This record gives sequence, structure tokens and C-alpha cells, in this order.
Amino acid sequence: MTTTAPAVRHATGPKVAPTRHPFRWLAAAGVLLLLAMAANSLVTNPAWEWEVVGQYLFAPSVLRAVLLTLELTALGTVFGFLLGGVLAVMRLSPNPLLSSVAWGYVWVFRAVPLILQLLFWYNLALLYPRLSFGIPFGPSFFSVGTMDLIGPVTAAALGLALHQGAYAAEIVRGGLLAVDPGQREAAAALGIPRVRRFFRIILPQAMRSIVPNAGNEIIGLVKGTSVVYIMALPELFYQVQVIYMRNGRVVALLLVAALWYLALTTVMSVVQHYIERHYGRGR
Amino acid sequence: MIEIDGVHKSFGALHVLRGVSLKVAPGEVAVVLGPSGSGKSTLLRTVNHLEKVDAGTVAVDGELVGYRRSGDVLHELPEREILRQRTKIGFVFQNFNLFPHLTVRENVAEAPLSAQRRPKAEVAETVTRLLLRVGLADKADAYPGTLSGGQRQRVAIARALALDPKVVLFDEPTSALDPELVGEVLDVMRDLARSGTTMVVVTHEIGFAREAADTVVFLDEGRVVEHGPPGQVIDHPQHERTRAFISRVL
Repeated sequence: MTTTAPAVRHATGPKVAPTRHPFRWLAAAGVLLLLAMAANSLVTNPAWEWEVVGQYLFAPSVLRAVLLTLELTALGTVFGFLLGGVLAVMRLSPNPLLSSVAWGYVWVFRAVPLILQLLFWYNLALLYPRLSFGIPFGPSFFSVGTMDLIGPVTAAALGLALHQGAYAAEIVRGGLLAVDPGQREAAAALGIPRVRRFFRIILPQAMRSIVPNAGNEIIGLVKGTSVVYIMALPELFYQVQVIYMRNGRVVALLLVAALWYLALTTVMSVVQHYIERHYGRGR
Repeated sequence: MIEIDGVHKSFGALHVLRGVSLKVAPGEVAVVLGPSGSGKSTLLRTVNHLEKVDAGTVAVDGELVGYRRSGDVLHELPEREILRQRTKIGFVFQNFNLFPHLTVRENVAEAPLSAQRRPKAEVAETVTRLLLRVGLADKADAYPGTLSGGQRQRVAIARALALDPKVVLFDEPTSALDPELVGEVLDVMRDLARSGTTMVVVTHEIGFAREAADTVVFLDEGRVVEHGPPGQVIDHPQHERTRAFISRVL
């Protein structure tokens, strides 16, 4: 396997002529022309207002908004996937109650639009003005006002996580089902304890199919945080709106937001590549 | 060492095992032959409780597998107890079922570390010794995906042996292999048989049965049709069905 065969020259016989692809060249020329037109318009059309874009791209208020967008994404991802993991395991449980509850959760939270869910959590205080903690159906130890406990950021993170949990549940479940049943069997036959079996044998293999889908979801979530603008939280999308309402530079500021979303998802795609490589080891 | 007594097992309407009884003495090598669908694999899987029996009992090393008896009733043991019993029973699968994301070394070391909680240094020594024994000392840090089928099955055998089990069960260990790779796996199994390991082997390798088995068991339609030394069951079968099967596979 270490030696490579020397290139063989066939001295005799007819030569094989390479096939020509004139239409490929034509199509390529057409695409190139369109690209050039687009680039030209981006540079020469003054309405893009690139100098305004440059002025706001790293403005402190915009950077703070980017940070909040990242924070909401992180909270939505971590708690969404923790919840999704639990739901997936419940759904696969032989216990019909656990499995039905998980199914019901996914059913409800996938059906209701995210924007509606967010408004719902934001207005939770209308439904339950006070939250009390104690023994179920028994005495309460202490209670707090819902508004004090669930501020707008918590409500947004909660809404994103609960919504994300429903999708994450299906992704994790799909990943767990994709692992060869023989792996579970071999681990059981070796006497490996149940929890260890899950975390050492099954989950790392499930991650191979979970990661690409999860990457999709998390990138979706970065942009999903823009829905939070209806709760008047100064995340990226809301913040640029505030600025362009004030100065009227609509296109430039939408461009600022677009560039940041592009940057964030690019970083995530790179991270995803390395995570996939990690879980792909041995293949 | 193994005592199977009147075991029945059905999958829905399919009655796979219809009262199988079998005794395997310490150090004995029993080869189970039979046409596909005769219940060979199911029988093997009841021995380490991968398959629950509907009736009858299985005992390994004098201990009822999977159940606790109180009077006339069998209660299933808690999972922890079943797992402990399985560490006494090595199992080698037809499709190897190595853990693809772990190296050969990690595959072999996993169960002694997590199921038996043996000290790391001692396990490392066991792994080295076993890989040497199956001829794969140089592959310790390779991933299963880079190995040939024969090498994978030898790793799987080392993994089963790492628990230092009382018996080793082989479920068609060479059926998924290319013909030229069968020999290296059978060599390892022959070596085990000679060293006094108690083995139950489900296989179609009549040659292996003839030279390595102490007992050959012929199973058909969920029943033991006949059993005895290979010279008897293979070369001078008493039953028509055994004779028909042997003549077809030889």
C-alpha cells in the first residue's frame, strides 16, 4: 500500500480525445457576468451607504445587541437540547405514559408558532400573577411575583428553549434510533451498566447524525432570536430597527444586521465542522 | 457449567424453542449445528439473558441466569444482578458489534473497567496479553473500521475474554467473514478450546466441529434431535434429519 504505481505511458494504439463541454463554458460565462453586475451595483450604487454600514457595524449599541443575540442563542441551545435529550429518552421509553407525554409535548410546541409562544411567556403574569413553590397540592413555602422572576430576557430564553426543545427531541431521537441495535446488545452482553452504556457507547455514535441536524437548528436559532424583537429586547434585529427609525438609514442598518448574522453563522459552521470530525473518528 | 433445562421461547406465534435441555461440563466445547431457523442463536441468547425464556431454566456456574427462584415462582433479577451474571458469560456476535468510535484497546478494556471496576493498570495488562493472544498486539490503537473482518472478530473474542468469563458463547462467529478470513478466527477458537475454556459455538463450520468439539448438538425445529461426540453425530448420525442436514453441508 505504500508504493504508488508509476504512471504508465501507453505508447501504441489510438489516443482518447477529452470530451468538450461547450455549454458548461457558456453557463459559466453567464454566471460570471451576473456576478460582475451584482458586485458592480454593490460598489457603485450609493444607496447601499457603505460608509454608514462601516460607522454602525462596530458601534457599542450594535455590539451589545450582538452579545444579547449570542446569549439568547446559547441559552436556547443549551436548555433546548437538554430538554430535547430528556424528551427523546422519554419518547423511546417502554413506559407508555412517559412516551405519550413526550409525544404530546413535541406535538404542541411544534404546532404553535414561535412568535406566539414568546408573547405567551412574556404575558405569563396575566395567567399566573404569582408563582409559589412548595409541596404539590400541599403547603407553599414561598411565592414570588411572576414579573419579578420572569423578566423579558428570561421569558425570551424560556420561549426559545421550550420551542427548541421540541425540535431537539426529534433530532436526538433520530440520532439514537440511527445507532445499530447490535451496539446496545453488545454493551448489555458485556455487563456494562445502563448509564455508562448510554453515555459511552450509544450517545457518541448517535452524535454522528445528531450534529449536522443540530447545527442546522442552532443556526436557525441564531436567526430565530430576531423574532424576540416583538418583546422589545435589544437584540440585533430590534437594535438596528431602533437606529434606523431614528436616522432613516434603513438599508445600511439592515445590512449591518445581515453582516453580523452572516459572521455568526459562519463561525458556527466552522465549529460544527470540527465537532463532526471529532465524532466521525474511527470511520 | 451450563445447565439448560426444558427451555421454551416464542416470538409471537412462532414457537422457536420447544423444550431444549442441554448440559455443558467445565472445559467442554459444545458445537450446536442445525438448519437456519432451528433456534440455535435464540438458544445461545437465552444463556446470557439477552432473550428471556418463556419456560424452563438456564443456569451457569450453578447460578440461575436472570431469575431468582422462590418456591415455584421465578422472579426476574434486578438489572444490576443480570449485568453481574453476564460478566461471567462472554458473548461473540456474528457481526462483531465492536464499538466503532473506540480503539481496539478501548473496546477490550471497556467492560473490565466499567462492569467489573478492575484497576486500570491490571486491565491494561490484561488487554495487552489478550491482544497478543489473538495476534493483534500491533493493532491496539487502531479503530475497528480500519481492520479486516477476521481481525475484527479476533478483537471481539479478546473483548469477550477480557471479562475472564466462565464460559464463552459464539454466535456464528465466522458467518459474516470472507472465506479466506475464516481460518484465522477458527485458529484462535481452536487455541481457546485446547486451553480448557468452556465454549458453546453455534456454527456451520463442520470441520471445526469435528476437530475441536467434545460434543456436537443437532438442533432442528426448536428441539435437540441428537447429541454426542462429533465422531457419532457428524460421521454416524442416528436420525434421518441429522443425516439429511450433514449431507447437505458437507
